Amino acid sequence: MTPRRKRLFAIAGILAGVGLATAVALKAFDNNLQYFYDPSEVVAGKAPLDKSIRVGGMVTKGSVERKPGSLEVQFLITDFAQSVKISYTGVLPDLFREGQGIIAHGRLHDGVFVADEVLAKHDEKYMPPEVAKSLKKPVPPAPEGRT
Amino acid sequence: MIPELGTLALVIALLLASAQAFFGLVGAHRNKLSWMQAVTPAVAGVWVFVSFAFGILTYSFIVHDYSVGYVATNSNNELPLMYRVAAVWGAHEGSLLLWIEILATWALLVAAFSKSLPIAFRARVLGILGMVGVGFGSFTLLTSSPFTRLLPAAAEGADLNPILQDPALAIHPPMLYMGYVGTSVAFAFAVAAMLSGRIDPAWSRWTRPWTVAAWMCLTVGIALGSWWAYYELGWGGWWFWDPVENASFMPWLASTALIHSLAVTEKRGLFKNWTLLLAIFAFSLSLLGTFLVRSGVLVSVHAFASDPSRGMFILGLLLFFIVGSLTLYAIRAPSLKSDGGFELISRESFLLLNNALLVAAACLILVGTLWPLVMDAFNLGKISVGPPYFNMVFLVPTLPLLALVGIGMHAGWRRSALGGKRRTLALIAGGALLVSMVVTLVFYGGFGLPLTVVGFTGALFVMGSALIDPISRWRNKQGISRAALGMAVAHFGVGVFVIGISGVASYKIEKDVSMGPGDSAEIAGYRFNFIGTENVRGPNYDALEARVKITRAGTPVADLTTQKRKFKIQAMPMAHAGIAVAWNRDLFVALGDELGAGKWSMRLQYKPLVRYIWIGAVIVALGGLIATLDRRYRVPRTADALLPADAATDKVS
Repeated sequence: MTPRRKRLFAIAGILAGVGLATAVALKAFDNNLQYFYDPSEVVAGKAPLDKSIRVGGMVTKGSVERKPGSLEVQFLITDFAQSVKISYTGVLPDLFREGQGIIAHGRLHDGVFVADEVLAKHDEKYMPPEVAKSLKKPVPPAPEGRT
Repeated sequence: MIPELGTLALVIALLLASAQAFFGLVGAHRNKLSWMQAVTPAVAGVWVFVSFAFGILTYSFIVHDYSVGYVATNSNNELPLMYRVAAVWGAHEGSLLLWIEILATWALLVAAFSKSLPIAFRARVLGILGMVGVGFGSFTLLTSSPFTRLLPAAAEGADLNPILQDPALAIHPPMLYMGYVGTSVAFAFAVAAMLSGRIDPAWSRWTRPWTVAAWMCLTVGIALGSWWAYYELGWGGWWFWDPVENASFMPWLASTALIHSLAVTEKRGLFKNWTLLLAIFAFSLSLLGTFLVRSGVLVSVHAFASDPSRGMFILGLLLFFIVGSLTLYAIRAPSLKSDGGFELISRESFLLLNNALLVAAACLILVGTLWPLVMDAFNLGKISVGPPYFNMVFLVPTLPLLALVGIGMHAGWRRSALGGKRRTLALIAGGALLVSMVVTLVFYGGFGLPLTVVGFTGALFVMGSALIDPISRWRNKQGISRAALGMAVAHFGVGVFVIGISGVASYKIEKDVSMGPGDSAEIAGYRFNFIGTENVRGPNYDALEARVKITRAGTPVADLTTQKRKFKIQAMPMAHAGIAVAWNRDLFVALGDELGAGKWSMRLQYKPLVRYIWIGAVIVALGGLIATLDRRYRVPRTADALLPADAATDKVS
């Protein structure tokens, strides 16, 4: 093979590879972007229905409900302006509790956010940045001193 | 008084590092022998003083000196000694100190084992490492000193974050940093080569063992992190495409490409420009990782409290090193000519493809990791990129890579007919396919996911192919060089790793259940019987412990306990999973919350072949270790080092 043809092959190969990679990446990208919405946006109807999104906020005190013995749990999250009801079936993360900032992955369905994953981060001092930014009021200090 | 000694030691170390950078770079430039000779004592001095500072911080942790703010935030009277020591790198300030301690150690090792290199070259390498040291030393002192006093002293410490109180996590950061920071050595060699305008086989031969050593540490560090996440976070996953995981994985991909590209540069004098770029790329990705973790811009397990000034500082360092080295590259690259060509089917072209695919994977992961930051910066919405994206963009380049590895190992330099090995390879490929199909059907009752059989076949093919050379040499009673053996072992490890991934991705079962004592639930033929709960006490936590007996078709399999720990100081609950390990699967149970009516939530998991993921990673690292010990890297202490690679040692690998 002449050097010229070899180079031609190499360039064609690289272009094909880059093209394929870009196509794959764009496709995968498109399907897997998850947008974040805070409760005010959800209540205002800005969040799409039945599409995988993330919502986040503080778990409203006294809002956690479950039938005794059931894995299904419902609770409200709030940005201190609006609240969204979340329904989840499964084991909650260790740090889940009322007053804690959480993020849930799932879909909005009939006004309830059906979560397939609930995340509370691993440090009790830690609040997910999206949640911290979305709060409409500062977090009230916890009565026991530690937040 | 003692913590102030730590600060003082850091200041002295910083000054010495400046001297190391100045005498190294300027001395080599002006060709002043005495200046260049001053570099080695400076390197040793930096190491002594940084280690002293490191020792002081450790001491403060051991004696509970809560007048040091960092100790007060991250320790406690009841924290066991081992974790008090590990707490040194348990948060931002201390982990930076670890960063520079490890940098100083690499520099010391380079100084100790490179006496035979040309003095100007050696001075430049150490000078560049000195510059990196100055950057991170001043970062630590100016924005994140671990020795800042807390006055008045706290009566009691706030305790180390409970998830960090774990043996694997105690060694995960040092190992990972050895790898991360180790990329700076390859970077320093690359910059020194560009400064001296000389890149030849000897240069690659000097660079290779350092690059492989750093890469090996990075491999082990990442594997440890993955293992820890698996059992400690209680989720049973082994990789989450968390931005910080990606931050460590991207330099790994770049380093993997680099060690392969260095092979070509050493053996054939090709790909010189590309090798230099990869060295810059790997180091830049390490710095980027440090930036992502330290600046708090990320939503992640690892994100420490954010402080914009820290982020800006590292961003500045990042830009300085990237722009500086790329500018130098732009000036020097045109004068570096690769000599000689190669045929379409040759080891060179296989390695070129390997590089293209690895770099493509790294770039696509980079895009996915940074995209949320870009969107947020331009106020285009808060997004996250889900794991399916990463799985996709990782699998598409790496699956072909698996096949290429199996074949490429046997391709000769310059041009290759695979010759007699073609038949052997075809046999192995056929055998691998057959075994995969039988195993999936017989043991797992189905072909699983679309890629399951592909994964198993690729894995077995690579493993078989890696064994061809060692076995035939052993049969013919020929020796094998450590480099060739290391390569075979590492590639074999890749196969083992892929077996683990394929098994767990295809056949894992996860189930959340609600159970009370006396209840049972079944997954994958294993029956989990909830026996009961009792309260137990740990050194610094109280726990509720659940006992679960696992049986299979009536025969006992394992007796597990899982705990919900409540740490006294941080009042933070944490699940501690119970795991039954066997050669072919893990059974995993984690205790959740009390649900009322005497029931508890529990997560049960069946994880087939999951261990092979980490075993594979360890074998890969072992291969790296063997290759680093190859005889030809022991550069003779004579002027021979200046000559190109000698032909005698070239044949085998």
